[in-house]
Amino acid sequence: MTAHRRPREAPDEPDVAPVIPLTFADADAGTGSDAGADAEDRLSALLEFLRRRLNGDYEVDEFGFDRELTDTVLLPLVRVLYRYWFRVELRGTEHIPRSGRALVVANHSGTLPLDGLILQVAVHDHARRDLRLLGADLVYQVPVLGHLSRKAGHTLAHPADAHRLLSKDELVGVFPEGFKGVGKPFGERYRLQRFGRGGFVETALRAEAPIVPVAIVGAEEIYPKIGDVRALARLLGLPYFPITPTFPLLGALGLIPLPSKWLIRFGEPMTLKGYGPRDADDPMTVFDLTDHVRETVQQMLYDTLLERGPAF
Amino acid sequence: MSATPSAARVVLVTGVSRFLGARVASALQAEPGIERVIGVDTVPPTAPLGRTEFVRVDIRTPSIAKIISAERVDTVVHCSLETAQYGPRAKVKELNVIGTMQLLAACQRSPDVRKLVVRSTAAVYGSSPRDPAVFTETDEPVEAPSSGSAKDATEVEGYVRGLQRRRSDLTVTVLRFANFLGPDVDSPVTRYLRLPVVPTVLGFDPRLQFVHADDGAEVLRRMTLEDHPGCFNVAGDGVLLLSQALRRAGRPSVPVPEASVQLFGGLGRRFAGLSGFSSELLRWLMYGRVIDCSKLAAELRWRPAYSAEAAFADFVETVGDGRTPAQEMFERLTTVLGGSGR
Repeated sequence: MTAHRRPREAPDEPDVAPVIPLTFADADAGTGSDAGADAEDRLSALLEFLRRRLNGDYEVDEFGFDRELTDTVLLPLVRVLYRYWFRVELRGTEHIPRSGRALVVANHSGTLPLDGLILQVAVHDHARRDLRLLGADLVYQVPVLGHLSRKAGHTLAHPADAHRLLSKDELVGVFPEGFKGVGKPFGERYRLQRFGRGGFVETALRAEAPIVPVAIVGAEEIYPKIGDVRALARLLGLPYFPITPTFPLLGALGLIPLPSKWLIRFGEPMTLKGYGPRDADDPMTVFDLTDHVRETVQQMLYDTLLERGPAF
Repeated sequence: MSATPSAARVVLVTGVSRFLGARVASALQAEPGIERVIGVDTVPPTAPLGRTEFVRVDIRTPSIAKIISAERVDTVVHCSLETAQYGPRAKVKELNVIGTMQLLAACQRSPDVRKLVVRSTAAVYGSSPRDPAVFTETDEPVEAPSSGSAKDATEVEGYVRGLQRRRSDLTVTVLRFANFLGPDVDSPVTRYLRLPVVPTVLGFDPRLQFVHADDGAEVLRRMTLEDHPGCFNVAGDGVLLLSQALRRAGRPSVPVPEASVQLFGGLGRRFAGLSGFSSELLRWLMYGRVIDCSKLAAELRWRPAYSAEAAFADFVETVGDGRTPAQEMFERLTTVLGGSGR
């Protein structure tokens, strides 16, 4: 490619490549006398990044996770919402495991599952880890959403996928409430729904992974769901068709989330000591542990909600 | 696991006139322990087979049984499964399914046959949005393939299991291969990737896996020489996304809504002699498929020489590197910038 013909760039390439995300993110930071040289470096880094993207010169893992795309394009987009729109504050980030496998279990809300992406940014920025979220199969049936979700490191909420990720010592994120949680009416906000069938506990037991409980406060108010058009939902094959104060009243404008204040609390990892992979086959143990995790998250949720105060 | 007393001496290779059978036959005839390699196919081979004895026989007929008993074949390598959809579908299905039934019937009857190695395909896992990201050998497809060669392969595997039940003394190996790539491989996938402008399904970017034909032949060779009963996934290491693969090959692509892909494919088949889009290929282009090959690696203590990436690079070399419009534009842009920067 022509870029290689520029004599100054070629030796720089190995050094420039790894710092791309930083130069990219701080694009407006360069001031002072060497701004010209900086700008040129940044430009060549950007060109190198584009060249790699255009030539397919990057790697994805077996789940389709494209770390470069996620770190340089997808997460920075979410980070704008994270910082300036929702003004997310975190508590207990020391509880995010810095290494090794763990299952992050959080409450799910907001009509559209933005809470997953925000949680991913929080974990990425404060623990330098990729949160591998488990999503509903609906996500993978829908055009665009399916492959973007895989590129962002998510995969299907299937016990096999969760186990495979955990056995690779990844940090896996799951919302056991599923659609019941994300699509619950505004009146039921901050009240946890049933935690699925306890599949996440089975997975954690089998993989001998600790469970990190997480309470996300703020997502409930982004799209207050005050109604549901069942017939339309059935027609479109969706789990619900929400009515919010702004949608569909304001059309596409109604898709802008309300700027609620977010507070995310990470709880102390539950190591499930005294239990082993064999307990995953004992439904009573699984039910008990599921209830225990659910109560922990619910309690954290109430505490965090009190701490946050008003929603906006 | 390798048991020398029952080592292969007379090997029958089906589908010997095609890329995989030909490679396996030529690898096996180089083995000193193997006395004879008999290759069968319905069409004559395109390249000389060396010391492999070619017999033109239709495996759908009982004549295959005569060869197996008369030549005292002890090992059958069945790699004639046809994944292509050229020519009438009914005939391909006949060859795949009825041919396998005849072959297995002959194996069951013969007192000499001790081992059967069957080439199957990872397509038996299907492709759907509700599948786990990675298939292991024990996984059942959420949506079983309902048509095409994937269905044939599912049926073939079913008959092989039946034979295993009736002849438990046989060593049976079933190999589920990812999509083959190689300089001489002609399959719906290679034909698709060779299109001057590649249609992709709008909004989908599947994960793809490839296995190089040389690695495929090597696995079949090892399975023939050593005893490794069971079912194994075979693919090169690593995963490529379709978009990524097309960028690497420099193929211009055009996203087409799902509903019109088959229409375009049908037009292409009718007017341009292309192979069209089977529903199997279409699903693969939407949801992709990734298989776990750790069982094979552990059993053989061997990894494919070509990763998916390398196999694809080899393929690109044979079809010729191109350039997408975006790459063209980028190059022009950098030329302009480079010129003004000096």
